[in-house]
Amino acid sequence: MDFIAGKYEIIVIGAGHAGCEAALASARMGRKTLVLALNLDAVALMACNPSIGGSSKGHLVREVDALGGEMGRNIDKTAIQVRMLNTGKGPAVHSLRAQADKKRYQEEMKLTLERQENLTIHQGEVESIRTENGKISGIRLVTGEVYLCRAVVLASGVYLKSRVIIGEFSAKSGPNGLFPANQLSECLKDLGFTLQRFKTGTPARVNRRSLDFSRMKIQPGDSTAEPFSFLDDCRIRDQTPCWLTYTNEHTHEIIRENLYRSPLYSGDIKGIGPRYCPSIEDKVVRFKDKKSHQIFIEPEGLHTNEMYIQGMSSSLPVDVQTAVYHTVPGMEHAEIMRPAYAIEYDCIDPTQLNLTLESREIGGMFFAGQINGSSGYEEAAAQGILAGINAVLYIRGDEPLILDRSDAYIGVLVDDLVTKGTKEPYRMMTSRAEYRLLLRQDNADMRLTEKGYRIGLAGEQRYQRTMKKEESILREMERLQHTVLPPSDKNESWLKEKGSSPIQSGLSLYNLLKRPELHYSDIAGLEDQETGKVSAEVGKQVEIQVKYQGYIQKQKRQVEQFQKMERNGIPDPMDYRLIPGLRLEARQKLQAQQPVNIGQASRISGVSPADVSVLMIYLEKMRRERKSSER
Amino acid sequence: MQSEETITALATPPGEGGIAVIRISGPESLGIIRTLFVTKKRSKLQEIRPRTFYYGYITDEGQHPVDEVLMVYMKAPHTYTREDVVEIHCHGGMVPVRRIIGLVLSAGARLAQPGEFTKRAFLNGRIDLAQAEGVMELISAKSDEAARISLEQMEGTLSGKIHALRQELLDLLAHIEVSVDYPEEDIEELLAEEARRKLDNARLQCRQLLASADQGKLIRDGIRVAIIGKPNVGKSSLLNALVRQNRAIVTDVPGTTRDVIEEYIHIRGVLVQIVDTAGIRETTDAIEKIGVEKTKERAQTADLILLLLDASRALEKEDLEILKWLKDRKVLILLNKSDLPSVIEEDRIRKISGSRIIRTSMTDGTGLAETEEHIVGLVESGRLGPKNSAVIMNSRHKEVLLRAERYLGEALSALDSSIPLDMVTIDIRNVLEALGEITGESVTESLIDKIFSEFCVGK
Repeated sequence: MDFIAGKYEIIVIGAGHAGCEAALASARMGRKTLVLALNLDAVALMACNPSIGGSSKGHLVREVDALGGEMGRNIDKTAIQVRMLNTGKGPAVHSLRAQADKKRYQEEMKLTLERQENLTIHQGEVESIRTENGKISGIRLVTGEVYLCRAVVLASGVYLKSRVIIGEFSAKSGPNGLFPANQLSECLKDLGFTLQRFKTGTPARVNRRSLDFSRMKIQPGDSTAEPFSFLDDCRIRDQTPCWLTYTNEHTHEIIRENLYRSPLYSGDIKGIGPRYCPSIEDKVVRFKDKKSHQIFIEPEGLHTNEMYIQGMSSSLPVDVQTAVYHTVPGMEHAEIMRPAYAIEYDCIDPTQLNLTLESREIGGMFFAGQINGSSGYEEAAAQGILAGINAVLYIRGDEPLILDRSDAYIGVLVDDLVTKGTKEPYRMMTSRAEYRLLLRQDNADMRLTEKGYRIGLAGEQRYQRTMKKEESILREMERLQHTVLPPSDKNESWLKEKGSSPIQSGLSLYNLLKRPELHYSDIAGLEDQETGKVSAEVGKQVEIQVKYQGYIQKQKRQVEQFQKMERNGIPDPMDYRLIPGLRLEARQKLQAQQPVNIGQASRISGVSPADVSVLMIYLEKMRRERKSSER
Repeated sequence: MQSEETITALATPPGEGGIAVIRISGPESLGIIRTLFVTKKRSKLQEIRPRTFYYGYITDEGQHPVDEVLMVYMKAPHTYTREDVVEIHCHGGMVPVRRIIGLVLSAGARLAQPGEFTKRAFLNGRIDLAQAEGVMELISAKSDEAARISLEQMEGTLSGKIHALRQELLDLLAHIEVSVDYPEEDIEELLAEEARRKLDNARLQCRQLLASADQGKLIRDGIRVAIIGKPNVGKSSLLNALVRQNRAIVTDVPGTTRDVIEEYIHIRGVLVQIVDTAGIRETTDAIEKIGVEKTKERAQTADLILLLLDASRALEKEDLEILKWLKDRKVLILLNKSDLPSVIEEDRIRKISGSRIIRTSMTDGTGLAETEEHIVGLVESGRLGPKNSAVIMNSRHKEVLLRAERYLGEALSALDSSIPLDMVTIDIRNVLEALGEITGESVTESLIDKIFSEFCVGK
């Protein structure tokens, strides 16, 4: 007889970055939720670099925040250095990145979970996930307790059958000496999921006391630190610096001499590693001509001496690691506190999921984070919040929340994973987002907060704030259009001073702002009585919308084309074997993946434009047959 | 379902028929014809009434008449596609058709995909259910053919150039993107000036390719086809049959010898110069030897060789030698006298040569049409062309290049108004998407592969 330890609506397995967002979203939307962690000391653990954000990842954090998620607020509370990256480029690719106080980040997140109404937090390893009539019914822990539930969000990270490898040594272990989860892989296979094996790695942590910073370059934060969350205001912080140093020929020589001892090259590691996160040995082998690689030294927190050595992840034996690290200027006497390691783990092939992150086969079974073949805290959080939301909508029997490629980076991420699958740990990149000029980090609230509010996740305060911002932008745009700068001596000399050409007749401030050399801050100051009436946030939006109007329009037209295809729905299930004229490969792929619309079908690899045409005609034929039989 | 894009294509079968019909369908149809059509008195029409034939000219960018045409406008929804449709009835033949389609494309239409008019007709409710499956099969069959041709063209001059152009732009895009996605890596930032130089250069390449296509070298110079084979295999009969069925342009070309007879004919709009040579045979006879040498020489300069073999006789040593001698050439093998009992070992021929084999008979005309079709097909698909011409371009390629050129222009003018490089990527991606329609590669996948293979990035 099972020991029924509790009954919940939704159970989230795993309390990493995906699990935390899923659990909070579910509980905040009023569902009785249980979140399980293998170890409660590892809630929201940053197993690799102690930082949040960066190019495109910063966008994801803002989007999670805009929907009503926690990652943005949590990093705002615990950041020790903040920088806006890419400020020399266009506004679409500005990206916020913060160094976190790693322990504080975990503590704050754990406390937030503990305080959350409707949420129970518990330590335990899941042995199996139970189903009844193709739907989730509960889970069982290895210790025997059974919890009943209607939906599960599996956010188990890299823990499934994980194996840590350091040189010739290897052990069945999760990251950082934590237990692996050895039971779930079999259960997933039994439930019919296809698994793949991926690999990733992390560099060593060294003692700050043993480093010579006089031989490195200091990397300070921004003087004014912008927050991630749309609910937090701009503030000045005490910024803790990072440090920059470089490898050299000597470093590379030692690596080359010891390559035979690397499990990556000896064949001991079979998992597929990410191209964008190469180990130092990978870099040296693949880019032979590069004489040096840069190394960032990042603090792990304010109350620890541990420093993270970004750029030097490795699976070489510890003696080689030590010798390699000691060749780097400033690291001659570095004391390794934790060695670098590679880790292999099981994950699922994400093409088995819907765009809601729900399994196509099992009702109420959702997946989020590294289990789906992604990598990165932000990518995990983004999937976590979406899976959490959709688990709730599933229980409510409401329409699911699907974000498409023109809505959000989250949409790009999920569509890429689910539609195309991935053969290596998937990382977000701005170059993956076709409509990135519209998907800026500065307008994530205007894109998503209303959606978050409608489903009951984003709060009233957040919603009002966004509405007010939108309204101010509209009003200010209108004012700029209707305010004309007349030609006068004073104005001419002002224009000259700004390096701008004189005006023949009156020119609206709106048109003036279109000039590349003039900024909103210049224009705003022209009309004395209106100065300072809008916030910097609004001013920025106005400037972007005016200056880049042509390109914004261009992207909007592309989005219209894109959405036309996305709106062209395909019934579920669809038997593609009945469609004449489809090529065999396309037929098999479509049959397996069951895309929801023509747009998604066209993005499946192996489906050609001709196949899409054939499919469209078949659908139209079906529609008409249905219509005529109804008559 | 109304489509926003306006499409165009030749609606009649390609050929040297008296009249060809070019169809334009979509919302811009009327606007496009307004810019291209002038009346006999060389003035633009004030009003174009539906279902009325207008007589006049299609003019080019310099307002020079390209062809004398009849034009008719049909208003949606009472048309084949249920969209606004304009039809241009011009003279048959490749020159006017291609030029007019080129002008329609420049005016904003895009080339219709195989079966697209029919597809629109169906989606807009014009044709019934029974026809739908036929349409689907038609589209897939035609697209397969198009894809196959594209692939073969990859080895050709044009595709080689387009491929190189695409690679250059991909390099540029990868360089811009890598510094966006990896702002903290020590990668040299690409300067706007360098981007401008590269975009300028790409546009120049596009323009050069388009210019060489516009000259229509192919049509002006024609292709050279040599008929070779042993004596009495039927070379002259073949020449006569081809000439009889087609319009002979020149029947008496000065400089021809008795050994080599030349004829210029039009096969469905393709100008073909046919050379009938003396039989190839190893010989010690001095006089005959001149003929054989001449034959080899003529065959050497031909774009396509029609090799005639006698199907009623077994292969001889000479036949095998000719086949070997022609191994690397474009050859069409005709097994003539197929009306007689067949003796020839076709399998053996196939072992030596991968060329297309057609059974013909000059007595009853078997295989003649197929032969002509094959020659025209080779030319139209761009697989065969005059040796000295730079490129042969079909309308699809031309349309792609026109679009690419337009996007490059947009990118360049954006740089002029200080638009950041990471936004100009929108235009560069558009160019790559367009070129990818020829090379069949997707931008995002190629781009990400490029970033990781060329730059050492990542923590």
